[in-house]
Amino acid sequence: MSDATAREQQVLDRIEQARRRPARVTDERITLAHGAGGKATHRLIEAVFLGAFRNPVLEALEDQAVITVGDQRLAFTTDSFVVSPLFFPGGDIGDLAVNGTVNDLAMSGARPLCLSAGFILEEGFPVADLERITASMAAAASNAGVQIVTGDTKVVERGKGDGCYINTAGVGVVERSVDLGAGKAQAGDAVVVSGPIGEHGITVMLARGELEIEADVQSDTAPLHALVDSLLDAAPGVHCLRDATRGGVATVLNEIATASHIAIALEEDRVPVRPAVSGACELLGLDPLYVACEGRFVAVVDGAQADAAVDALRAHPLGESAAVVGRVNADPEGLVLLRTAFGGTRIVDMLVGDPLPRIC
Amino acid sequence: MCLAVPTEVVELRVDEPDMAVVEVSGVRRAINIGLLASEGVRPGDWVLVHVGFAMSKIDEAEARATLRLLEELGQAYDDELAALAQPVEDD
Amino acid sequence: MRYVDEYRDADKARALATEIAALCEPGRQYKFMEVCGGHTHTIYKHGIDDYLPESVQLVHGPGCPVCVIPMGRVDDAIAIAEQSDVIMATFGDMMRVPGGRGSFFDSKAAGADVRMVYSPLDALTLARRNPDKRVVFMAIGFETTAPSTAMTVLRAAADGVDNFSVFCNHVTIIPAIKAILDSPDLRLDGFIGPGHVSTVIGCRPYEFIARHHGKPLVCAGFEPLDVLQSVYMIMRQLADGRAEVENQYARVVPWDGNAKALTAIAEVMELRPYFEWRGLGFISQSALKVRDEYAAFDAERIFDVPGVRVADPKACQCGEVLKGVIKPWECKVFGTACTPETPIGTCMVSSEGACAAYYNFGRFSRAHVHEATKR
Repeated sequence: MSDATAREQQVLDRIEQARRRPARVTDERITLAHGAGGKATHRLIEAVFLGAFRNPVLEALEDQAVITVGDQRLAFTTDSFVVSPLFFPGGDIGDLAVNGTVNDLAMSGARPLCLSAGFILEEGFPVADLERITASMAAAASNAGVQIVTGDTKVVERGKGDGCYINTAGVGVVERSVDLGAGKAQAGDAVVVSGPIGEHGITVMLARGELEIEADVQSDTAPLHALVDSLLDAAPGVHCLRDATRGGVATVLNEIATASHIAIALEEDRVPVRPAVSGACELLGLDPLYVACEGRFVAVVDGAQADAAVDALRAHPLGESAAVVGRVNADPEGLVLLRTAFGGTRIVDMLVGDPLPRIC
Repeated sequence: MCLAVPTEVVELRVDEPDMAVVEVSGVRRAINIGLLASEGVRPGDWVLVHVGFAMSKIDEAEARATLRLLEELGQAYDDELAALAQPVEDD
Repeated sequence: MRYVDEYRDADKARALATEIAALCEPGRQYKFMEVCGGHTHTIYKHGIDDYLPESVQLVHGPGCPVCVIPMGRVDDAIAIAEQSDVIMATFGDMMRVPGGRGSFFDSKAAGADVRMVYSPLDALTLARRNPDKRVVFMAIGFETTAPSTAMTVLRAAADGVDNFSVFCNHVTIIPAIKAILDSPDLRLDGFIGPGHVSTVIGCRPYEFIARHHGKPLVCAGFEPLDVLQSVYMIMRQLADGRAEVENQYARVVPWDGNAKALTAIAEVMELRPYFEWRGLGFISQSALKVRDEYAAFDAERIFDVPGVRVADPKACQCGEVLKGVIKPWECKVFGTACTPETPIGTCMVSSEGACAAYYNFGRFSRAHVHEATKR
């Protein structure tokens, strides 16, 4: 080994050590990046929340907890919704609050049973808007076959909330003998996405109106448990299931690659993206892989069952464009790699914060 | 340093003379075409847009010339591959 | 034609790659600088490196406008944003760029009203909609972006919008390239020229690079085939023993640029005697400020900016990394004081900067990644 190579190795080792040190939050205040689902969110969860509440169930950092009560396996989850604007093409905060929690349950293979709904309302919020939201929650719950069985209401002073925030929690029962987890991907598995990506994120970004861009897109918000059912019937060898919400497909895949100590190799030209989403992404300098969905999931499936999985998904209206987008390799551990449509390669890293429109 | 995107002009704003609506993959935005005032912009033209301003009209003939050049290179490459694939005859 | 997909064809890329490889002299190393951060992005996004032989290396240049803004200017902008009656409007890119005391994101968390805009015109609209606020546009970028700021100021002046101003940080590309060329330890064989800047300034300003420094420059488009073809054109010049300015991006770049845009800049702005670039230090006549005639729209004069200079830590060697003199890991602060979470120099600020990329992925060689993604 030459002198220079040895020194380079020393520097790389030092970075590796820093990487392995327990997460710390160096920021003095919470910024929006801490809520964006990327690296900053992960650091906050590990350093602050896991630091305080650590236990074996929480440590798995899944989107839901599966707990055994007697001989029943119950799935339990909670999610808060702070979307702005509250109403957007294809849905509103009410649909999201129901579907988001239903989907977190469904990703463990559970049958969703019932939900709670907590409202934090800002003084002055129009009752008509609240009724519009509750009507769409009721419709979404009925569509998903769940009931909202308990709730809570708080009102905060004007200026201390953005109209309406909703928290939902949900309980489901895992009746199948599945054992899904982000840490269970194996070399040889196939990576499947259930539909075209990025529609919710782009819809909401454009609906805010700041960018003055119009496009024919709408949110993909939908309950996914029926789709998951068809998938698990056709392909019992599903190892991981995650809905690609904040941070998009790229973030979910990074979480799986890290937790499973494997590599994921994606094929860019197989990832389903609708033209309007790719057009908006070109204009704003965004990568659809990082844009949020509210009705799409990523499944890591035993390679031998990949075709069966995709066939089953495509038979369902919510999974028409499902596709195998990549595969799991043993090496290089913890990385998500992409073969670009142009025929090159790149590493798909986790974002530090929200994807931001670029000019350069 | 600068993200700029080719878009098609679909409408000139009557009320605001410097503004036009452009479209890419069905995504629309009003942009300023004041920097191209001397060239004249019409619906159907393609312009390069950066931070809400049209910077340049895209010249279709030049675009095709570049592609033709690349195709010729590709053709030479295919011929070479084909030649390599021919069985080598002994003298 | 959509002028995008046509230039992303993998078959044509393979043909170009073969031609490029055929032009390599055995044993010779080639280093080309892509001046523009947009090219760096294209190279990274499409994986263009994979089509280049090991002996051809692309060096990322100084053309990322957010990366070259010195920390002191970010601090000044934040000081303006923190005033209670101010709305600061900025491009998304600028939000995370750290100054000496945090970024726009941090100041927003502490209560400042910072908004993201797509265009300077949107900032002007903000001003019209918020007559009781003062709206300041954080103007950044090279000659591509400066005309848009100038046109917006002209519009504000014409319409008498008096609560709108710009904090002008526009920089000019030629002095930065000169600074790099004048370096005694320069090891570059040619330049991939900044296509979008050239829509404004044209190709003539680069002629000194060929004439006086004997280096080829090819003004390049931003699709992956554009970049590969430009590398091919530079290699062709080297093989023929030529050093010229060529225009690969003729579909968009007129040889003489855009006169209207240059007039708009000249009307509203003038050169500063000098400006500091993060990592490169002070470069004379390398930036623009608002002319006296438009002082009413100049945030630098309206607000009492601290103007404190935050020195780049001495140990930061971005300049040398940019010039290709040292590798990122050879810098004294790399990976210790300077990391992607707490970046010091420009090369660590942008995730595509040479240092950030090396910090995150240096442990994986190109061959390693290539092997892992084979079909």
